[in-house]
Amino acid sequence: MSDHGGLHPAQPFPAAAREQVVKAQLRANLRKVTTTIRAKRANVVEELPHWEQLRTLGAATKDASLVNLSDRLLQLEQSVRARGGYVHWARDAKEARDLVARIAQAHGVDELIKVKSITSDEIELNKALEERGIHAVETDLAELIVQLSNDRPSHILVPAIHRNRAEIQALFNAELPGEGALSDNPAELAGAARRYLRHKFLTTKMAVSGVNFAVAETGTVCVVESEGNGRMCLTLPEVLVSIMGIEKVLEKVEDISVFMELLPRSSTAERMNPYNSFWTGVTPGDGPQEFHLILLDNGRTNVLADEFGRQTLRCIRCSACLNVCPVYERAGGHAYGSVYPGPIGAILTPQLLGMHDKNANTLPGASSLCGACYDVCPVKINIPQVLIYLRTEANLQKGLTAEALAMKGLKFMMSEGWRFEGALKLARVGQGPLVRGDAIPSLPGMLGGWTQSRDLRPFPKEGFRDWWKGRSQGTGPADVNAAPPETVQKAEDGPIPPQKKEGGQFDAEPPREDTL
Amino acid sequence: MTAEPFPSTAEAKLELLTRINRAIAGAEQQPLPPYPVSAPLSREAVLHQFEDRILDYKAAFTRVLAGEIVGAVAAALGGARRVIVPPGLAAAWLPAGLDMLRDDPPLSHADLDRAEAVVTGCAVAVSETGTIVLDHGPDQGRRALSLIPDLHVCLVRGDQVVQTVRQAVDTVAASVRAGRPLTWLSGGSATSDIELVRVEGVHGPRHLHVIVVE
Repeated sequence: MSDHGGLHPAQPFPAAAREQVVKAQLRANLRKVTTTIRAKRANVVEELPHWEQLRTLGAATKDASLVNLSDRLLQLEQSVRARGGYVHWARDAKEARDLVARIAQAHGVDELIKVKSITSDEIELNKALEERGIHAVETDLAELIVQLSNDRPSHILVPAIHRNRAEIQALFNAELPGEGALSDNPAELAGAARRYLRHKFLTTKMAVSGVNFAVAETGTVCVVESEGNGRMCLTLPEVLVSIMGIEKVLEKVEDISVFMELLPRSSTAERMNPYNSFWTGVTPGDGPQEFHLILLDNGRTNVLADEFGRQTLRCIRCSACLNVCPVYERAGGHAYGSVYPGPIGAILTPQLLGMHDKNANTLPGASSLCGACYDVCPVKINIPQVLIYLRTEANLQKGLTAEALAMKGLKFMMSEGWRFEGALKLARVGQGPLVRGDAIPSLPGMLGGWTQSRDLRPFPKEGFRDWWKGRSQGTGPADVNAAPPETVQKAEDGPIPPQKKEGGQFDAEPPREDTL
Repeated sequence: MTAEPFPSTAEAKLELLTRINRAIAGAEQQPLPPYPVSAPLSREAVLHQFEDRILDYKAAFTRVLAGEIVGAVAAALGGARRVIVPPGLAAAWLPAGLDMLRDDPPLSHADLDRAEAVVTGCAVAVSETGTIVLDHGPDQGRRALSLIPDLHVCLVRGDQVVQTVRQAVDTVAASVRAGRPLTWLSGGSATSDIELVRVEGVHGPRHLHVIVVE
């Protein structure tokens, strides 16, 4: 386990994606889920005519917290302590998981229950606890599925979305004792999870959760969920530990309302999710009588330090960007290698780890820059712009590569007309051995990537400029309508350039080839 | 908090705050835009909207006059007999013949688990989202009471239903400042984790019955 825990991708995105895109079942599952949830989300967002203003307010509220972050955190600490809670600070994943383990050991527990929390996955908490002989039981249905199958989550909201009901049926029949033979009916499978976990909820002494929001003014912590497993974990045990990224803090009680409007509609595409729990330190006679709040950095201050990248910390983990992303829809969450998948992961992971990380560095490339993620982001993180910004950063990190040299060469060649024309002449001659029929099926060397999934069209015998020169030396006005020679591009077998409509406006972008 | 049983994180705190202050040096806060408000609906429209949203969550909904509460509660409870009743809930609202579990002294988890239903009031409700907010006052009881039984019958006064989330948060802000926990309910427990098929009822009360009283 590294100090950064579950953030680190084991391989570069292109390699990981190549392994994932061939899984037909995965792609079918993902397509179904993302299209379903996209449509639902559009409906519930449409209900609120002031949605755009809510987004703007959500973004501004988070920004205000970020530029006052140290004051807010100090106030939060003070408020939680005033209500009988403990507050701990953790610089990295290791410090955070050590804290949880120390608290568990102080209470002599060998098993604890958990509310689904990406932050706890980020610090690889379960593994660390297991090494110390403490078993962490996931109580969210999807997280339970992931845990029982020794798998990894693949989606922020629905972590087991890459699994279908038959797989879950087989898993539960093998792993849940005393359930007998279950059918693949989702209600029956959920019922089995209910029975399996009920006893644990009622008897386990300690629970661990993440945090959706925390209010500096009052020390109030919020967890948002659907199944009721969250309420069980947050209410029934004697000891509760909540781990929060430092960016989750808000200023005052009233601030929660804008996020309670934005989050459910963006996330589960519901007007409101079934359960939201808010608690403040310890409430005598109600709920856990010992409460710990762990404030986690783990790279967040790196992100904060970058004036442009800082907006990434507005993220409220709704997963709307995953559900609209064409790259995520095809590659799936595991391709991103980190606990943060999809467009938000492509900008969050490399920033948290630092742009020198060779695998994380490839994540900003995991995008077609279509911009759909920005349109749906409830806190207006301009993901496409941050992606481009990070690609530049990554290239600067790389220094002078063969690609950079080639680009420099191209720039030199294209900056003078005569050089460009000369190069074209050379290319017409040079391409000879590569042409098969009327296509170049594969290019040599580093250019080979271009022809991996498509043919390249050869340079024509005569280019537009030569044709134009020939035409103007010809016989006059009639030639204006003459067809150009053996055309550069046949309309029916290549991308169509943007067409100008009346009034000089271009149509939408030309159709593109699938970039993945 | 004497004799802190956990290692001090003072050093981490100092370093973290230093990193933050270095990171945000010179950053200025922009003024917040105003909170957008929905066009206000009439009282009747708000109650209709609330009903529509509750039914959309597949929860049950009844609207009654004050004199009809007992009958409505009896109907909502169906066959449930072992019923948890928070200390502050008016006994006059409950039908006769129940095996009432009063949480005084506090019931054990095992006792709660044997209950079939719970009847509570609420702090405020939101029509736009069909949400009921509990601030766990005397008519709602501590959080575990409305969590463990399988059926939750919730009594909502007509004047407790507001239109927007914002209005609801304003209503319970004082409770939060007083340190009270909140539970927001929107329908019963549900999951969509298996192939995105919605399953009503996982761990919390699987059945929610909302009775609006005027």
